[in-house]
Amino acid sequence: MAAKIPLVDYLVLGDDPHLVANECTNCGARFFDRRNACASCTGTGFRQVRVPNEGEVRSFTIVAYAAPGIPVPFVAAVVDCDGTSVKANLVNVTPDPEHVSLGMKVKLATYSMGVDSKGTEAIGFGYEPIA
Amino acid sequence: MANDDIWILGIYMTKFGKHPDKDKLDLSSEAALGALADAGVTMKDIGILAHGNLMGGASGQTLQKQIGQTGIPVYNVANACATGATALRTAIMAIKAGEVDMGLAVGVEKIAGAGLLAGGSRSADKDEWEPNGRYGEIAALDGRVGTETMPGVFAQIGMEYGHKYGGTSFELFAKISEKNHAHSTLNDRAAYQKRFTLEEIMNDVMIAYPNTRPMCSANCDGAAAAVVVSGSKLRTLSLEQQKRAVKVSASILTTDPWEEACQVLPNVNTLTRDAARQAYEQAGVGPEDLDLVELHDCFATAELVHYDNLMLCPEGGAADFFLSGATWRDGKTPVNVSGGLESKGHPISATGIANIWEIATHLRGEAGQRQIEGAKVGLAHVIGLGSACGVHILEKAAV
Repeated sequence: MAAKIPLVDYLVLGDDPHLVANECTNCGARFFDRRNACASCTGTGFRQVRVPNEGEVRSFTIVAYAAPGIPVPFVAAVVDCDGTSVKANLVNVTPDPEHVSLGMKVKLATYSMGVDSKGTEAIGFGYEPIA
Repeated sequence: MANDDIWILGIYMTKFGKHPDKDKLDLSSEAALGALADAGVTMKDIGILAHGNLMGGASGQTLQKQIGQTGIPVYNVANACATGATALRTAIMAIKAGEVDMGLAVGVEKIAGAGLLAGGSRSADKDEWEPNGRYGEIAALDGRVGTETMPGVFAQIGMEYGHKYGGTSFELFAKISEKNHAHSTLNDRAAYQKRFTLEEIMNDVMIAYPNTRPMCSANCDGAAAAVVVSGSKLRTLSLEQQKRAVKVSASILTTDPWEEACQVLPNVNTLTRDAARQAYEQAGVGPEDLDLVELHDCFATAELVHYDNLMLCPEGGAADFFLSGATWRDGKTPVNVSGGLESKGHPISATGIANIWEIATHLRGEAGQRQIEGAKVGLAHVIGLGSACGVHILEKAAV
């Protein structure tokens, strides 16, 4: 099987794809980027924690106009995963206001972004409606 | 006037819009010379120059070389869309510190015809996936992990308010834009003076739902400048200068304190509330005392949340507050009678001084056909994403 690589390093692939966050060991603030210190309490200790795969749409927009090369329309959203907010696209949903709503229940979904010249497959993520 | 009070002695805003025949220096010179003439002083009276130009190509020094190289210190400031307010505050701080008794703040931008100012370009994917950056990303994230464009970011900020408190809709946000475009018909310095019907706004080109094109701030050219002076210096000037001077009762700048989700979707609420709270306390006035407000309606979705953040309405009550008609020019708290960023335009660094000009012009009773009668107290607000918030409260001279 060809090698796979996640779109971002906080996406964990495998049989049970999920996101991880860097959690401050002092105050519990969560971040998705590489950290130098905690922006909430200034602590410097972090541990990696799993983010729940299910959440609800806390906010969204349907982007109709974007940079050349970005397929539109797409749904950009903030998903509240049991207290941890995640920035992501909504996928596997028709991108119009009739099909996307505030408070909608969603779950993590991964998809193939294609393979590079070495045959490595990139895997992206988004959230899809819970049927 | 107390010795340590700060006053606006002179202020000027160029016409906003397309100025193909003028470069940034023409615009900033017009604004600076206009503010100096309005103040009744010259560059020789100025002790500090604070200059804002975010998109590049202009500095305080290049401006000095056109209007007066007097050797004074120049501070070139950048603070996203709060750049103009930051320049003004820099001049004010120099006076408060006792270093100078008079300062000049200038903001200029030339961006007519510019498209998306962030997330406006995307490089092609590499032929080999390789992790990069703070997220270990192997490809550009804009459009794959949410959006980096301003219309989309601010759309989510408005939608988030709707999720938290309810009462919002595409139509509600469009009605805010309808108000600001209607207001601009009375402002001959606005980039656009066209009134739109609600249907026209809702049926216009969708940029990022629920923001259609007229619900987005208008990229345009423009400059604004202000001369600020200490109370002790103002007392030595003519009665006419004292009469037209406008008191800066509060000058506040904040950044966003950490809160859950603030690094996922910029939180423009916390820092605006903090700035407003500090400004009301510093000025000794409350939201109910404001005769007019110019707030940062970079998108129609943003204006709504700032009614709440500036405490013009009870928490969670922004939709009802707007629907009551309160923020139209004949309402209880007129908001953006200039037309706001959606119609007056948003030449980024000029904005944070231009909104001060609007308030000051009303307080002086010089706003012509769009004058808010008897205006005595006004508030000007800007947000620079990232984030910075500037709030200034101005009061009519008591002389």
